[in-house]
Amino acid sequence: MLQAIWNNRPLQLALGFLMGISFGFFLNRAGVDRYEVILGQLLLTDFTVLKVMGSAVVVGMAGFIVMHRLGWVEYQKTHGSLGATVPGGLLFGVGFGLLGYCPGTMAAALGHGALDALVGGVPGILLGSWLYVISQPVWKRTVEHILPFGDVTFDELFGVARWKAALGCVVLFAALFGALELAGY
Amino acid sequence: MARAIIVTVLMVIGLALPSAFAHAQPEAAASVWSEARWSPYVCGAGIGVVCWLAFLFSHSGIGASGAFAQTAGMIEAAIRGRDRVWNRKFYSETGPGVDWLWMLVAGVVVGSVASSAMSGSFAWVLIPEMWESAFGPSVLPRIATAFAGGMLLGFGARMAGGCTSGHGISGALQLVVSSWVAAACFFIGGVVTAHLIYP
Repeated sequence: MLQAIWNNRPLQLALGFLMGISFGFFLNRAGVDRYEVILGQLLLTDFTVLKVMGSAVVVGMAGFIVMHRLGWVEYQKTHGSLGATVPGGLLFGVGFGLLGYCPGTMAAALGHGALDALVGGVPGILLGSWLYVISQPVWKRTVEHILPFGDVTFDELFGVARWKAALGCVVLFAALFGALELAGY
Repeated sequence: MARAIIVTVLMVIGLALPSAFAHAQPEAAASVWSEARWSPYVCGAGIGVVCWLAFLFSHSGIGASGAFAQTAGMIEAAIRGRDRVWNRKFYSETGPGVDWLWMLVAGVVVGSVASSAMSGSFAWVLIPEMWESAFGPSVLPRIATAFAGGMLLGFGARMAGGCTSGHGISGALQLVVSSWVAAACFFIGGVVTAHLIYP
């Protein structure tokens, strides 16, 4: 049943669009598609971005674990290596600070009329993506082989039950949110 | 390709529509739908539920940056011909195109248009207030900075294998180590950069 849905391309395009509409609606209502909110997070004065991401991770994780137990969903993991993930992540971070939006929040920023995202961000991200695509063979041969960690998960890494690792993550986020609210952020 | 053009045209129309309503007075009867901001925890939980739906019905986690790489490939194919692009290892055998993720990102734009139009917060803004109060109203510095930032975002996301959505939410909720490392690096790079811009 699910397989048939997964393999139905027109249906998938429609589902993607509908899920995207919900995603964009929440991004806008959370305010994380605003330059001031993103920069506030990066300047550590406004923790909205962390609250949104943390809640999404906690709620998403709970549902994912239950559905995985039931055999309804499968892992969709990205392989990584220290040599590619760390420099790639740091470059992304510098771009994050300069632009003031990440790719998803940039799409949401377009939706509330942010012209700096439209005129500067979009052409930039297209060019940057393309520069990686044309140079990919070089990175495949070099940095990707430096200390690969594949698609290992924390529960596998520490050899603990998946629900225990997830519970630990939930407790950490709960403590973080509690501390932020107490401190008045 | 034709589909991409149609979707793009629809998105432009969708973006243009709310500006007609941007200055309209919101109805006196204030409801939750007209509030500009909701609790970040509620919005985060909502995005978490969108993640459930994506894993369940689309066999995929939510993301964003990959759609821009697809678009870059479609643009290159339109300019320089299909063969050159279809031969790139990066793209599947079907070449770059409109896929589930691309439609998701198109949906994000539409969802944000709907949200900001409903709350009356839609506004065309070229230079963010915070930037203007620090660096003045000159357009070129902001746009050049945004463009440079976009380039690094696009390149970095592909090298790291995802962005704040794909790694920071979808990968993180599956407890994938590489996603947590990537997310940490996103914020380290971002925090350092932001403090250099606004000391």
